[in-house]
Amino acid sequence: MGLRGYGVTPKEAFEQTGLALTATVTELDSVSPDERVDVECEAPDLELLLVDWINALVYEMATRNMLFSRFAVKLDGNRLSGSAWGEPVQRQKHMPAVEAKGATYTALKVCEQENGGWMAQCVIDV
Amino acid sequence: MNKGEYTLQRESEFAWRIDPTGKMRVPGVVYADESLIEGMDDKVFEQLANVASLPGIVQAAYAMPDAHWGYGFPIGGVAAFDPDEGGVVSAGGVGFDISCGVRCLRTGLTVDDIEPHKKKLADQLYKHIPVGVGSTGRIHLNDKGMQGMLRGGARWAVEQGFGNPEDLEHIEERGCMAGADPAEVSDRARKRQQDEMGTLGSGNHYLEVQRVAEIYDRNTAAAFGLQVDDVVIFIHCGSRGLGHQIGTEFLKYMVLAASQHKIELPDRELACAPINSELGQAYLGAMRAGINCALANRQIITHLTREVFADVLPKADLTLLFDVSHNTCKVEAHRVQGGERKLYVHRKGATRAFGPGHPEIPETLRAVGQPVLIGGSMGTESHVLVGTEQGADLSFHSACHGAGRAMSRHQASKQWRGRSLVDELAERGIQIRSPSMRGVAEEAPGAYKDVRAVVDAAEKAGLARKVARLEPHVCVKG
Repeated sequence: MGLRGYGVTPKEAFEQTGLALTATVTELDSVSPDERVDVECEAPDLELLLVDWINALVYEMATRNMLFSRFAVKLDGNRLSGSAWGEPVQRQKHMPAVEAKGATYTALKVCEQENGGWMAQCVIDV
Repeated sequence: MNKGEYTLQRESEFAWRIDPTGKMRVPGVVYADESLIEGMDDKVFEQLANVASLPGIVQAAYAMPDAHWGYGFPIGGVAAFDPDEGGVVSAGGVGFDISCGVRCLRTGLTVDDIEPHKKKLADQLYKHIPVGVGSTGRIHLNDKGMQGMLRGGARWAVEQGFGNPEDLEHIEERGCMAGADPAEVSDRARKRQQDEMGTLGSGNHYLEVQRVAEIYDRNTAAAFGLQVDDVVIFIHCGSRGLGHQIGTEFLKYMVLAASQHKIELPDRELACAPINSELGQAYLGAMRAGINCALANRQIITHLTREVFADVLPKADLTLLFDVSHNTCKVEAHRVQGGERKLYVHRKGATRAFGPGHPEIPETLRAVGQPVLIGGSMGTESHVLVGTEQGADLSFHSACHGAGRAMSRHQASKQWRGRSLVDELAERGIQIRSPSMRGVAEEAPGAYKDVRAVVDAAEKAGLARKVARLEPHVCVKG
């Protein structure tokens, strides 16, 4: 499944891909942003950093058994500090459809657009 | 026929060839009929050509009749590499769900035995076998347990009391993949797995109770212990979070190390490392531990299934026909241009299909060939095939693995509603249980290709021979 985020800056586009990731699993509105989880990533370029960001979220979702509905990203060169707010998975409430296995390098792109905004996209395996 | 920028030469009614162009080192070969080829996305052929350009590839890059575009390698892709010719091992060529596969259990029951108990059976299986996102198993693995599982696979599971030693004879590698190196499995991969043993997962994974609806090959079916109206069980799942994490991590390592290994990647998803390199060997050690995780997982689910049947239908006797993985890289001996070579055969969404007499086949089945288990969709049918002798020359003894998706999850969820599908299938006598109605819609039978066209093409191409057709009666869906 493809994730695509748009934003005025790369940081915003990254945050939007976090929302897209949750939307592959459940309705975004059903997830309360109650608990915060922080992640750190580092990669040689923005595209590889996007894969790392999504994979960091997949890992936190899997090991904490959580879903997230709010995201904040700070980009500093090749480093990303991110936060995700969410709650534990509840089968009745969230009815999760699929489990993200990991981000792939397929259709991976982070680029500035003609209107000056940014787009970040990748495909996740579910 | 032209597909995208590639020209397919028809070699026979069911075999098509792409001659090497550009950076391709070997041809691409697709086994399918004309209508399956027409239905394949152009990306399949581009991906096949990319695989054909990888270092050390031997003979050809193959696509099975169910091929569809995947990440890097096409799903339904087979490629063999020679370490002595700079051959590579590819994390993308195995996929995220390492050793995802299918196991088939006989039950000793007929359809009349289960008919009055089908709803209860469906409810109990759904209750007893953890399924779907966020489900955890009853087993929490400590460090010692994790180590034992990663080395021992299904053999470890049997030692822990999950199943019988006889089961092991009917699992590839006798239930335990040699060469696993737990030291190469990261703490993060272990953490993702510690509560996931004995869980089905989600997506296209399932457990089905099926009826043998038709026998195509009486003698082989008899050797497999299958008769019309027999009830069998298909379990389709893989190495869960551990495999996903190993795939994720090594994909990145291989992408970052490609230039150091002087490998030009036509697509980053084809990330690979020379077999004879530190990274290649590390991945093989971790990937084999992932295979053991999948084998242990299916073994534990088998045990849970037996517990349910013992409760609901106590006269059932669940015996293992076979367990075969379809996302792997395995070292195998193959004859290439008259000489035997040890090759690293990648099968991504493709099933090993050894022919009669192959030493890797359990003794009880060796005379007829290896069972090839093909999962269809929850509303249609599955198939049991058997490996052929000519499969050795055609595809390094490989065949298809399923129906293959015909449309995306997104399209499917727009076209169908899960609840209505469950009701419609119930009217046709198929009990579906799933935690997610959207998940059911995404897995709608109409979202898949016609599995019969796929197995027919596999048979006519000579990759495997049809033995039996199975119809679903109960499906527990992830």
